[in-house]
Amino acid sequence: MRLLKNFESYRHDFPALYQEVHGHDLIYFDNAATTLKPMVVINEVMNHYYADTSNVHRGVHTLSERATLKFEAARESVRTFIGAASLSEIVFTSGTTESINLLAHSFGDAFIASEDEIIITAMEHHSNIVPWQLLAQRKGAILKALPMNECGELAWDLLATMITSRTKLLSLTFVSNAIGTINPIKEIIALVRSVAGTKVKVVVDAAQAVAHLPLDVKDLDCDFLVFSGHKVFAATGVGVLYGKEALLESMPPYKGGGHMIRKVSLEKSSFADLPDKFEAGTPAIEGVISLGSALNYLQKIGIENIRTYEEELAAFAEAELSALPFIRVIGKASCKAAIHSFVIEGVHPHDIGTYLDQKGIAIRSGHHCAAPLMEFFGVVATARISFAFYNRLAEIKILRNELIKMWEFFHGQSLSRADLRAQ
Amino acid sequence: MDNLYQELILEHNKNPRNFGELKEGECLKQEGLNPLCGDRLIVSLKLSEDGEQIIEDVKIRSDGCAISRASASMMSEAIKGKTVKDAIAIFHEFHDLLLKKHDPSVCPHLGKLEVFSNIWKYPSRVKCAALPWHTLNEIMEQTSKPGQSTSE
Repeated sequence: MRLLKNFESYRHDFPALYQEVHGHDLIYFDNAATTLKPMVVINEVMNHYYADTSNVHRGVHTLSERATLKFEAARESVRTFIGAASLSEIVFTSGTTESINLLAHSFGDAFIASEDEIIITAMEHHSNIVPWQLLAQRKGAILKALPMNECGELAWDLLATMITSRTKLLSLTFVSNAIGTINPIKEIIALVRSVAGTKVKVVVDAAQAVAHLPLDVKDLDCDFLVFSGHKVFAATGVGVLYGKEALLESMPPYKGGGHMIRKVSLEKSSFADLPDKFEAGTPAIEGVISLGSALNYLQKIGIENIRTYEEELAAFAEAELSALPFIRVIGKASCKAAIHSFVIEGVHPHDIGTYLDQKGIAIRSGHHCAAPLMEFFGVVATARISFAFYNRLAEIKILRNELIKMWEFFHGQSLSRADLRAQ
Repeated sequence: MDNLYQELILEHNKNPRNFGELKEGECLKQEGLNPLCGDRLIVSLKLSEDGEQIIEDVKIRSDGCAISRASASMMSEAIKGKTVKDAIAIFHEFHDLLLKKHDPSVCPHLGKLEVFSNIWKYPSRVKCAALPWHTLNEIMEQTSKPGQSTSE
């Protein structure tokens, strides 16, 4: 009860919640797409432009030094948040997509050869499919996909036979953005280690996990972990690549430019130490600072508390949705994050999205950039609701009632109480 | 809400006209894709062979949203029996309607299609209404160039 009350009070930190959309109080259920920003984060971004505008790592003047301090403090916040051993292991990128592309280019070009195998899974976001396809095409490598069962859980025991002497890399998501499955990453990595030791490198896409689950890269024993800032209450345009130091050391630079060099002549350059080697050019400074601020804010609330509270939201949503006879939930994994995908017979997800928007409820509808997964479930698109800790049980009740009215609207008939109880 | 989902749109969504596919080899076919949402439809068109290019039959396969289905259904009614030239004129008028540029006093051919006149207020949904027409137009543009065909 105390927990509930605390979470109610955190809503005050998010100014965007206090607005009306089409005459209704906003209910924001599209957190898997991006999260709202708390006032501390907004203030940090504003403060950077207001007082500290400058480039980092360049000037010797006071503004640049202030900005650099905050920028590097954010790196420390990330390191603590994910339990990395060293600051050298934290590379700032523009987001999850760039982090994976960096890996596909830098690690891929150096260590993936013709006939080598890369394994992804059937539930990946396009950003964890396409960069590996492009790499496989460049190198003549083989891309395999680990299948899942009809509940939307990975058949990860198959890895024991899928991994061969040519397998170099496994890249998989921690939490499915489309159907909410939480993959048992630690167990999966343990299996990979038992089958192939450290010869198969494991990339964890934590884009959908970072705002909801505790992350500990040492405990997971992943080789790389990637996520985006904007899905964890920070600005867009910033992301993280974590990599084990020795691996990042062994990889060539991805982009060339300023700040990533040691020495440059017109013939040849040598490169800076980690993590600078991978941070060419002026970064999204205010984005990085906002990320540090967002992670510090989350640390104060406690990611374990968030997990507990969101489990309550998810269980309630699951119960409310599955009590509606016209709803088919897509993805019924036994371990799920607060992401629910569903379809409704006779109402396309886009119409669900537009209808709910008119009631002030923001949801996502579409293929969620996971077309292979949609195909697996035999749907072209789904409606998706995804929570953050500022959502309330009462909002889920409103959603439920609006879904009933929506069904009646599109079908031109009323649902009786008996219809709703029949389930 | 009723602004967008007018009675006529809901009715066509529920009971779409001319849905299906014409026989392979006897028609022109074109697939329409909206990569943003994954919406996919197939327009098949049978033209008269007398040089008049009359649209003798049209069928649409779609599992899209209400707006896209209703637009496809009403499109099929609007163009069936018309010449390609007339259908292209309606396409342009409809296109202007979606972009809020339509002036009914100048272009009087839309009739029932004016039910989509509010859709510009929902920018993310304009593409849904436009997809069937753009797909149709791709066929028509190619047929109006002599000696070309999109038949698969």
